Amino acid sequence: MSTPFTQPPVHGIVAEMPSAQVLFHAAEKLRDRGFKHWDVHTPFPIHGMDAAMGLKKSPVGYFVFFGGLTGSLVALTLAGYPSIIEYPLIVAGKPLNLFTIPAFFPIIFELTILLSAFTAVGSLLAFSGLPRWNHPVFNWDKFARVSDDGFFVLIEAKDAQFNEKGTAKLLAELGATDIALVHEDPI
Amino acid sequence: MSPPQNRTRTTDPHTDHPMSETTTHPEAAHSAPPKDALPRELLVLNDRSFSWITGRISGIVESKAPRWWFIALFFTSLLTLVCFSCIAYLISTGVGVWGLNHPVGWAWDITNFVFWIGIGHAGTLISAILFLTRQKWRTSINRAAEAMTLFAVMCAGIFPAIHVGRIWMVWFLAPVPNANAIWQNFRSPLLWDVFAVSTYFTVSILFWYVGLVPDLASLRDRATTRIRKLLYGFFALGWRGGNRQWRHYEMVYLILAGLSTPLVLSVHSVVSFDFATSVIPGWHTTIFPPYFVAGAIFGGFAMVLTLMLPARAIFGLHDVITPKHVDNMAKIILLTGSIVGYAYLMELFMAFYGANPYEKWAFLRNRLADPFIAEGIFGIPRAPYWWAYWAMMTCNVVSPQLFWSKWCRSNVLVVFTVCMFVNAGMWFERFVIIVTSIHRDFLPSSWGMFHPTWVDVWTFTGTFGLFLTLFLLFIKFLPMVAMSEVKGVLPAADPHRHDPEAKH
Repeated sequence: MSTPFTQPPVHGIVAEMPSAQVLFHAAEKLRDRGFKHWDVHTPFPIHGMDAAMGLKKSPVGYFVFFGGLTGSLVALTLAGYPSIIEYPLIVAGKPLNLFTIPAFFPIIFELTILLSAFTAVGSLLAFSGLPRWNHPVFNWDKFARVSDDGFFVLIEAKDAQFNEKGTAKLLAELGATDIALVHEDPI
Repeated sequence: MSPPQNRTRTTDPHTDHPMSETTTHPEAAHSAPPKDALPRELLVLNDRSFSWITGRISGIVESKAPRWWFIALFFTSLLTLVCFSCIAYLISTGVGVWGLNHPVGWAWDITNFVFWIGIGHAGTLISAILFLTRQKWRTSINRAAEAMTLFAVMCAGIFPAIHVGRIWMVWFLAPVPNANAIWQNFRSPLLWDVFAVSTYFTVSILFWYVGLVPDLASLRDRATTRIRKLLYGFFALGWRGGNRQWRHYEMVYLILAGLSTPLVLSVHSVVSFDFATSVIPGWHTTIFPPYFVAGAIFGGFAMVLTLMLPARAIFGLHDVITPKHVDNMAKIILLTGSIVGYAYLMELFMAFYGANPYEKWAFLRNRLADPFIAEGIFGIPRAPYWWAYWAMMTCNVVSPQLFWSKWCRSNVLVVFTVCMFVNAGMWFERFVIIVTSIHRDFLPSSWGMFHPTWVDVWTFTGTFGLFLTLFLLFIKFLPMVAMSEVKGVLPAADPHRHDPEAKH
């Protein structure tokens, strides 16, 4: 009450684009101008947008590979250790050596798939910063259309080329129909 | 030719970009296509916009449930209750309440298990294999089909659990040493089955949920009540649709599809190992894994259509689930049904050609021999289960052959009827495989018929109640069509399409 009201710091500028096509060209221009901290927000993934934004291929696959490898080794141990060492169980006269390993393949396969899938979903959450239920862009009412039919560009304040007036002007030139300044949440 | 409601656009798209090959608008190839070129059929009819899709699909969730929904839910819940009561009776009394006997130690329980797990396979085929093969028409049916997968696997999971008899020992299935410190036999297909089915269920849930996240965000952003905003918002994980999220999302979706594809093929293969690795004539067959997988997809697609055709009519989704979708699914039923028919005939051929008298007996005298031709003309005594075998043949091999005709594929009533035949036929297939193979053991003193009791019948009927209850809850509380994916196949989603409203 006695303390003067201060606006929380600016998070960035969000601009609404009229269509996927305009957004795509805007992304190419922003990429060429060397912006670093920015993103486009769309209701569905736009084909070719990664290249238009200058993003590389997602590295998720490498993590999944190691997740799958872990699954294979876990399964090999899980099936092999009890069957051969801990509690050798002779069924139908089958030998207890490693040559019976093909009988473990189904379990190895299934656990490889299981751990790969867990790693894939885990990496998705980690790389895309989810779950994060609260984000400054949600402070703009209009942004709700991002999951309906809205196409948005967000340029963050921490980008080196960011300045409130210039960036807004640039976005307007790129075809934005509506532009808003979004603030961080007050602490 | 395209159906009449398919409008051909006259706008001029940019045409020289390589990506236009994968787009779906008809005149992608050239602005003035040659007269004889067939336009590609649109996946969403009547030129619907992005927000029409959001509105129509979310509207189903947001509007008050119609009266029929409550009536249907009442009856399916009642049936679910019947199922659970039968299970409670079974557990409290013992497996003697089922019709099992010597020699028929597996009957409806395992038949139902294989039946339900097979139905799940179509959902994964639609969501994973059709995704990898870039079949964009899958987008409007994959969500419901995946939900169907999950519910079918839940119904399937009931039976192996309760058929063990003393259910409090069901933890012996888990890979931990049992009460006598004895480990499981890791070389047994029955244990492989535990791993395969539980992995299948878990990965299917993950795949389904990842697909749901952007659509849950749509419901969150449209929510008008606090409870909706809270619940959908929680499960949407704060999705913002940023391309720095989408690029990982798309990669993970692709990886999950790539993982699910061999997984779904492995699951029914492993289920078939339960039989194929035994030495019972009629089970001991190397053709089983591919034959089971084809049969699973066959039966599953029939179930997808059984659920989707009424849902489409009730909710007015004819613009997203178009005649082309029904046509494609009917073709897959025809293809897989013919593979299944081939497998049936090949089994007979191998029984004849393999010169194993037991195998020959199992097929000719336990299954094939009918009272009219075999008994009436050739004097071979009729097989006790000839009616089950011929019901299977008629439903699974003969009925889908109607789909060679375009007229049959485009007539919803015919499609629905054939699907009902296939649903029944696929249950008979598992019954034939399981019961007819074991009801006559090697010694005639160990021959016996299986007769289901009322508990058998109502437990199985009750699982349909559970399945439909879960599906009704799904269509009421979650978007039944993958909105973000359908939007992605609209012509306006193509970033290189010429947009007359663009400002440059």
